Amino acid sequence: MFGLSPDEIAAVRLSLRVAFWASVASLPLALAVSLWLARSRARGKALISALVHLPLVLPPVVTGYLLLLLFGNNGVVGRWLADSLGIVLAFRWTGAALASAVMGFPLMVRAMRLSIEAVDTRLEQAASTLGAAPLWVFVTITLPLILPGILAGSALMFAKAMGEFGATITFVSNIPGLTQTLPSAIYTFTQVPGGDAAALRLTAISVAVSMGALLISEVLAQRVARRLRST
Amino acid sequence: MTLSVDIEHRAGEFLLQAEFAAPGGVTALFGRSGSGKTTLVNLIAGLLRPKRARIVLDGEILVDTSQGIELPAHRRRIGYVFQDARLFPHLSVRGNLLYGRRFRPATRHGVSVDDIVALLGLGDLLQRQPQTLSGGEQQRVAIGRALLASPRLLLLDEPLASLDAPRRAEILPYIERLRDQLQLSMIYVSHSVAEVARLSNHLIVLEKGRIIADGATAPVLARSDLAIEADDAGAVLRATVVEHDAAFALTRLRAAGGYLYVPLCTLAPGSRAHLHVRARDVMLATRALNDVSAQNILDGTVSAMRERGAHAVEVRVTCGDDTILASITRRAADRLGLTEGMRVYAIIKSVAIDSAGLGPEATNRQGVQES
Repeated sequence: MFGLSPDEIAAVRLSLRVAFWASVASLPLALAVSLWLARSRARGKALISALVHLPLVLPPVVTGYLLLLLFGNNGVVGRWLADSLGIVLAFRWTGAALASAVMGFPLMVRAMRLSIEAVDTRLEQAASTLGAAPLWVFVTITLPLILPGILAGSALMFAKAMGEFGATITFVSNIPGLTQTLPSAIYTFTQVPGGDAAALRLTAISVAVSMGALLISEVLAQRVARRLRST
Repeated sequence: MTLSVDIEHRAGEFLLQAEFAAPGGVTALFGRSGSGKTTLVNLIAGLLRPKRARIVLDGEILVDTSQGIELPAHRRRIGYVFQDARLFPHLSVRGNLLYGRRFRPATRHGVSVDDIVALLGLGDLLQRQPQTLSGGEQQRVAIGRALLASPRLLLLDEPLASLDAPRRAEILPYIERLRDQLQLSMIYVSHSVAEVARLSNHLIVLEKGRIIADGATAPVLARSDLAIEADDAGAVLRATVVEHDAAFALTRLRAAGGYLYVPLCTLAPGSRAHLHVRARDVMLATRALNDVSAQNILDGTVSAMRERGAHAVEVRVTCGDDTILASITRRAADRLGLTEGMRVYAIIKSVAIDSAGLGPEATNRQGVQES
């Protein structure tokens, strides 16, 4: 495939898998957090918002190291997960997915929160006067209206996860075939003599995939704006 | 339908205190903007939570804060037509219309979709998206959507306020059909005297969060001590449609005090009509006039006079069973030597009669008890 070596193919496939699961698994939590941030009047909103956005500004190596401390085999959460659920994250692809999810979370929440804030709550009031209970209002009115925002956030998360490097390499290292993602592989190829061609090939793939995801996200964001403007 | 409301609600500096009973038919809530009309209907609908309230609809307690009862909006079955239609942008007109049907109780059959579509003239719109509709069409869909949820009571919050005059004239007959054909009870919020006079049988006037008048529409509208804007103050006349004069685009009506010509309307000859005549559109003469362009001259007696502002006098003229209000200058009243009990002729310009103020009298007032 495109003259890729088995290691390169493994890296691309691993990154796609990591990005997919990072997007899917964080979706419910991101939606819940976005709803809360957009609608709640509780105190402490600024604090939660700051916490969610923290990975955006921290050095990725710090995020990765914190993940290692928490979710590593000797970390508080990591040991509990291993003992009670048999889930090991450190030095596994699942750990790469977790690192990507944490790094992409702020982007996902931001896109969703904006689309939720753009929903006219008076439409939800109208639905309730027509007999719809709150959960029904959410399912039949709110959710369809914010769906483009949800998809845009997921596409952003996917693109971010495809490119996540610092936190991932700190948390799960760079083991070919096991935790070597696309960016990790590019990094490795730039470090060895004669690796330029492979690095360039993977770079092209990286740019294409990320660009595609961003385009999708942008188109969906425009659609949400159009739909909500036209009321 | 009977709705009894006793509410105390505070929002910032604004205090709303209202106690009334709506007898069925169309109850108008009238007042300036900021008088608390929308707050009041939002409280009835359950979109706002009151500080203290007791709201009972047909014997069912919707809210009683002293007992800790507060039915959520979706369980009240009170329809609401908002000033802005609030159609769901992601659903077609059909989707909007059918939205409330899945939530209505199985025991309640209500009206059929076909009937509502026919009643509101929505047949050609069903496949359209709300964004592509005109303001008047959107409001008709919103009314249909509320009706198809089988409400026990329909709240309309200035449903015509965001429309221009032709659109308003287009919607009013539909609201009259709900009143007359479906026998649906409504609370109609408005700051237009013409609409209130045309549609309602009961009128509640709000000012600064308090009810300052509550009673049958015609007598309340004729009260001159209320805050009804001077521009709009006037009287409601009852008349019978005599004939249409297509050549001059006029309709001839017979009222208690004489014949009236109004802009051509669509009411059938022989039918009863309501007509709102603004006090500022009425002139008074002490002798019958012949050489005058105005064609509506009603014969009556001055029953009351009261000063209104520095230069104006509001004269109440009784013509048979009807009362007409005329707003004239104090100087004119002086020169004519007007006194109570005097015979006068009230002169109304036909072109001054707003078509929004002319409509059929409610044909059937079953279950309506006037207090």
